[in-house]
Formats: sequence, structure tokens, C-alpha cells
Amino acid sequence: MIRVTDPGPQTTVQDLGRAGHLRSGIPPSGPVDVRAFVIANRLVGNPDNAAGLECTVLGPRFTVEAACTIAVTGAEAPVTVNDEPAAQWATLELAPGASVRIGAARAGVRIYVAFSGGLDVPTALGSRATYLRGRLGGLEGRSLRRGDVLRRLPAPASRLARRLTAAQIPALEKEPEIRVVLGPQADRFTAEGIAAFLSSPYEMLPQSDRMGARLSGPRITHSRGHDIVSDGIALGAIQVPGDGQPIVLLVDRQSTGGYTKVATVGSFDIGRIGQVKPGQPVRFRAVEVAEAHRLRRQWVQALAEAAGGPVAA
Amino acid sequence: MALSVELGDDISVETNTRVRALEFLIQQKGLEGVAETVPSFRSLLVYYDPGRVGYDTLCASLGALAEQASTAVLPPARLVELPCCYDPELGLDLEAAAQRLGLTPDELIRLHSSAEYLVYFVGFTPGLPYMAGVPERIQLPRLTTPRVKVPAGSVGLGGAQFCIYSVESPGGYWLLGRTPVRLYDPGSAEPTLLRAGDRVRMRPIDRAEYDAILARVEARVYRPVIA
Repeated sequence: MIRVTDPGPQTTVQDLGRAGHLRSGIPPSGPVDVRAFVIANRLVGNPDNAAGLECTVLGPRFTVEAACTIAVTGAEAPVTVNDEPAAQWATLELAPGASVRIGAARAGVRIYVAFSGGLDVPTALGSRATYLRGRLGGLEGRSLRRGDVLRRLPAPASRLARRLTAAQIPALEKEPEIRVVLGPQADRFTAEGIAAFLSSPYEMLPQSDRMGARLSGPRITHSRGHDIVSDGIALGAIQVPGDGQPIVLLVDRQSTGGYTKVATVGSFDIGRIGQVKPGQPVRFRAVEVAEAHRLRRQWVQALAEAAGGPVAA
Repeated sequence: MALSVELGDDISVETNTRVRALEFLIQQKGLEGVAETVPSFRSLLVYYDPGRVGYDTLCASLGALAEQASTAVLPPARLVELPCCYDPELGLDLEAAAQRLGLTPDELIRLHSSAEYLVYFVGFTPGLPYMAGVPERIQLPRLTTPRVKVPAGSVGLGGAQFCIYSVESPGGYWLLGRTPVRLYDPGSAEPTLLRAGDRVRMRPIDRAEYDAILARVEARVYRPVIA
């Protein structure tokens, strides 16, 4: 049993998400930074899809009743076990009654915590992922509160404690370059608008959330109107409403929408943009579809290496 | 990864039928590597696994199926009957809309509830249907100032479109009434009620029946009529 003594501002239960329901308007949810989430699960011997926690900016405080292992990955944040500093990206053995505290992120936004066995919450449409706006999945469809009690599923008997090498830990860059494929409505923008989009820094805004990352920078000007006949919104689609400012749509996105989309962020860079703090800049670079496929294969390989085995991502 | 297949640039039953036909053909064929599809007015978003199917191969398969989409025969649509209470307490704009259209509220209710609507697609928020089939006589431009909060179940008109709010959200449609049926219920094993291609009819009910059905909906013992 895990007792939450301080939940942090927005901590939710997530697994790898629920596929197949966008056609009913229900997004996949799941972790924004899939790589950090999968590695956390691997470090405690869990299947990749086991449910863990996604914390935003500030981590939770909790105590565990029984011995278990945990791993803390994602954003860089101080971790203590019984007030002793503990490592991130490593298997942590907890004794019965241990109390864990995860502080404020020094770099990055989203912190992941995996528990051996995985969290035992009911599944909704086949997934334990929390969809906050739809009050679906996770713990009663909401973020954690003080006093919540979480249970773990039975864990496999033996595991190897492991710690990632410095080279395997994903870097949290000051000004990450995010790779995008232009379209599907890139033709609705002026050449100057596209040039601004691909050559200027855009600053992350504080109102960003799991639905979308809102950015601010030089105006991406439209050539003929900012509204389209509503269509489907892919993961990473960059909507540009009339104000010319980009919104990158993430895991809790609306399934369809009526604003022009200038480009789509490659799935391999979703986790990177999801770790950009408000006030921090990003740059966008356009790649062709074939290059995007190659980058995705590279991402899967790097993840498999860090995770210690192939991934089905 | 995802591909958007565009089958037109308009909002029409013909274009949307081709979108749904393409989705149906993909399901029937069990197209390799396709993970999920999202129909909308005039396009189909196809999520795929690039580890299982190459981009060029998928484009070619989708192109071939899109050509068959105009002649494909879709399975028979469901007809869903939704009770709707047009009491002005729930249909906040009923009287204003009727006046604007030069109708009495009763005439507006009769026209609205005697039409059959087609669900183009479900989206934006969970379970929200975008529907066609609003009789021309009752088409109105959207409200100039959208409401900040529209209660779930509200039945709204905007232009040639008709929608039922599935969750409480902002909205700019004229509110004619409210259905006690939940189009989205996160606590249910099947959280959403409507699907793309469904046919929908509204059955006028009075306030007493609205309250009675609402109580059964909340107890999870109410099932709408689906033929």
C-alpha cells in the first residue's frame, strides 16, 4: 500500500494509454514522455505498460507499507528516501514504512515514478491511464489528493537493481530543436510565416498542459483564413489559430478541431517538448517523412538500449 | 504516426459518406499496420505503425481503397431515439430562436423533432456528435456571443449543424432543449453512446418525463431506444 501524504500540484496515474477511442472523442492519454516512463518501469522489473505516476513540476510525498522497489525518472528533481538523498534513473529498494519525497524539478517538467508490480487501479476501456478532462481512468479519473491510498499489483519475485549510465540518461536541453513534418495545412500559411516558424525561437507558455503545449513567438501568418472544415488531430499536430501562435497537441488532445495545422511534431520528440519548462525556448526544424521514420527507428533503438531490452513502441 | 486522407473540402452527406466508407473498407480489409482511424466531415485520419507498414505502401493501399469508397455499401445505420425536453428552462434560447425564425416555439419544436439527423462523426470532446439534417426552415447563424458554460445534454442549433453537448463546455449554439440521456458517461463500461453514421431522432418529452428519465439515467438503468 502506498499512502500519499502530499500529492504535488498534478500527479496522475498513467499507463501507456488507451488506443482506439479517438473516433469516440476519447484521447489516448498516457505519459507525455514515453521514454522516461518506460525506463522507470524497466528499472523495477515491470512490463512497459504497468501503471505508474506522472508528476508535474513538483513531485509527491508518500510512504510505502510493504517493501517494494521504485524508480524516479523524467525531469531532474531531488529525491529522498527517509530524508537521505537517492538517485534518479535507478532502482531504489524501499523497506517497509519508507517515506519518499520528490521535490521541485530543476530541469524538465514531468517526473515519473514506477512501483514494482505497477499500480492497481481499475481499468477503463482497457487502460489505467488518467484522462483528467474526461474524468476517466486512473484513480477516479482525477489527480492524486492528500490521503489517497494506492495499491500495487503482485510483483515478480526477483529483480536486478540497475542504474542508467550518464550517457543513457536523456539530456534536458536549454533550447531543444524539435523535428516536425510540415502539413497537413502548411499551404494555408505565407512563406514568411513558415520561415518565421522554422527560424525563430518559440517560448513555452505556463498555460500548457497534457492537452497541448502553447508557445509564443513570431507570428506564423496565414495566407487565407485560419479556420478549416474540422478534421482529425494527430499526436504532435501544431495548430495555429488566428493569433498566429502555435499549439502542439499532446496526449490528452481533442480528437478533432477546426484550426489550420502547420506541421506535426515527430512522435520521437513529443517527450522532449513535454519536458520544456514555461519560459524556456524551443526551435522547430522541418524533416521529410522518410527522415522522420528514420529518426523514429533511432529513438526506438536508443530506448531499447537504455531500457535493457527491445521495446514494442 | 498518422496520415490524413482527404476526400473533399466541403461539409456534405456525400463527402462524409465516402469518409465513413473508407473507414469501413479499411476495417474489412484489416489493413496491415493501421492502428486507429478517426473520421471527420471530409477526411479520415489514419494512425499507423511504421514498424509494420511503410509510408509508400500505406499511401498506395489507402489510395486504392479511397477509389472504391464512392461505391462501397455501408452496413445499415443504427437509429437512435433521444428524448428531449424543450421546456424553456432547459432550452434557454428556444423562444428567442423561434422569434428570430418567425415561428411559434411549438412549430420550432415540431420541425426540430420531426427531422432525422445523421451523425457525421463523434469528436472534439468525448461522445459529442456533429450532425447533419437540420431542416432549412430552422437554420440560424451561431450566437454572436458564445456561452461560457453549456450544461451536458444541451441540444443546440448552429447554421446547418446540430449538436448535443456531451460534457459541460463553452458553446455558441442556440439551445433548444436538453436530453436527460448521457452521451458520455465515464463510469460506464461503454462511455460513449453515439457513433459516426448513426441516425438520430429527437422525441419531445415534458418536464416530468425528463426528470423521471434523468433519475433512471443516474441509477444507470435507462437504455435509449436503438433500432
